[in-house]
Amino acid sequence: MIDPGLNLNPKLFDPDVDMQPIRKGFGEGLLLAGKADKRVVGLCADLTDSTHMNMFAAAFPERFIEIGVAEQNLAATASGMAHMGKIPFITSYAMFSPGRNWEQIRTTIAYNNVPVKIAGSHAGVSVGPDGGTHQAIEDIALTRVIPRMVVISPCDAIEARKATLAAAKTPDPTYIRLAREKTPLITTDETPFAIGKAWIAFRSAVREGKRPSGAKHGFDVGIIATGALLHKALMAARELDGKGIRAAVMNLSTIKPLDGDAIVRLAHDAGAIVAVEEHQVAGGMGSAVAELLAAHRPVPIEFIGVRDQFGQSGAPAELIEHYGMGEKHIRDAARKAILRKP
Amino acid sequence: MTPLTDQKIALLAEKALDIRRSIVEMLIEAKSGHTAGPLDMADIFAYLYFHALKHDPKKPGWEYRDRLVLSNGHICPVLYATMAHAGYFPVSELMTLRKFGSRLQGHPHRDFLPMLETSSGPLGCGLSQAVGMALADRIDNGRSSGRRFYCLTGDGELDEGNNWEAVMLAGKEKLRSLTAIVDRNNIQIDGFTEDVMPLEPIADKWRSFNWHVVECDGHDFRDIDRAVGEAQAVFEKPTVVIAHTIASKGVPAFERKFEWHGKPPTTPEEIRTARQALGIGPR
Repeated sequence: MIDPGLNLNPKLFDPDVDMQPIRKGFGEGLLLAGKADKRVVGLCADLTDSTHMNMFAAAFPERFIEIGVAEQNLAATASGMAHMGKIPFITSYAMFSPGRNWEQIRTTIAYNNVPVKIAGSHAGVSVGPDGGTHQAIEDIALTRVIPRMVVISPCDAIEARKATLAAAKTPDPTYIRLAREKTPLITTDETPFAIGKAWIAFRSAVREGKRPSGAKHGFDVGIIATGALLHKALMAARELDGKGIRAAVMNLSTIKPLDGDAIVRLAHDAGAIVAVEEHQVAGGMGSAVAELLAAHRPVPIEFIGVRDQFGQSGAPAELIEHYGMGEKHIRDAARKAILRKP
Repeated sequence: MTPLTDQKIALLAEKALDIRRSIVEMLIEAKSGHTAGPLDMADIFAYLYFHALKHDPKKPGWEYRDRLVLSNGHICPVLYATMAHAGYFPVSELMTLRKFGSRLQGHPHRDFLPMLETSSGPLGCGLSQAVGMALADRIDNGRSSGRRFYCLTGDGELDEGNNWEAVMLAGKEKLRSLTAIVDRNNIQIDGFTEDVMPLEPIADKWRSFNWHVVECDGHDFRDIDRAVGEAQAVFEKPTVVIAHTIASKGVPAFERKFEWHGKPPTTPEEIRTARQALGIGPR
């Protein structure tokens, strides 16, 4: 069941659950951050509307810099502004920032240790019809490998708003991963958020009797999801629960730094893990979890994500299914992970 | 800026010689590093740190200092030597260049030496950072802010596309407080710039991006002063000073040779040649 203490959206499992694009939450958060702190500045590479920086730009024109289609300059100019005490937010599509400007981000932002906040919109295959060139499924790997970089992948628009506000208050270089499509609102204004803190959204109830996995306590499987796919993970867990498989679902919105304690505890309680992300399996959130658990609590792990392929045009839902990231894929992966328990 | 008197010019020449001597000794000791750029920029660094820049070596974090962004980080021996001679840290520390644990990293890194304005090395992004600094200053202090932002770049470095993105943005924003100084020494690692990737007509390129362009002799303090002074007098545009320099200036045997871009004097003959040229006594 859903953890009542988290104040999640009560309509979470309803067919008519409210939907909003995660990027819109970023836009709202940036506007609030700009109101709260005049050091906040916005820079955009010719995508002001679609990255939702337009609200900030309209409210604070003197603090908004239009860079044009020049993502390398976007990152390095923001670095210079941060050197002078600003807290710059830079936006483009994730494919181009941190895709095209990765070295500028590494050198002028992270190596220089300045608080530039990189918001990469249109991450994942769910970008849809634009096709593979515009579907960033490597950005988590690109950013988490940079020392000092904080990496956040919010699960919905409300969490994106909170993540943006929280990022504006830290001195750390930060990447915030955003998505284009409307996705279900999982959280509410009252749901807690802190950078670096994971929470368990769903827990199967403890019931008497032998579990299919033979477990006497804890869960049969722990599902760790990041981004909008958290919703599919929750749907999958509910169905598994109905079939007698006890599942727990973690929202891991901060991919770096990892909430190591929470992940190790879940691996301990469940004995098998499924990592769910709209990203290449290689180098993504699942890899980060695997690196941690290999050292601290080795358990079977199954990975839901794109397997060394590029995206393509299609409807978002079609693409999620095609690349093996649907609810059924998550359920199958959970069963497989359980079967692999020693 | 105060007028450049004959007396001051004599002082700058003395400082430039000290800087060149330190550069050569640092490179000999480090056994790796770049020779040509540091030597040819010694006069401009002496001019900036001992005449033009508003700064205080005893208070490196002073908020209202001018900012100097070194884009071509590989010429850092000249930056370190100049900073040491200006009093930022002991001259003796220069001999730690490129050694394990040294504050003087092979390319500048603020983690090790926080008084640096930026960490740099990968080419082509320093100008963007200087543009960002000038933009931030304009937001805080308006268009008549007294702070100036200098970005020093190499000429070979202008092959990088990121530079031209920054050039375009500074032109668009009319950043009057920004002065780029290009070390036009005509060499880069693989050869002469005009063979590797022609930059000419270099002045026209900057001019067409709405910059004010001044050229000067990068070894003539009066001419450097004229160019940098002219930059301060221009209100509606950023200024680029294309400083014509002689690669490895000060060691005639190495001058104008691209082979000296990225290596230090290492053989006894090379070391003797460099020391003799700069009047460094036997050690």
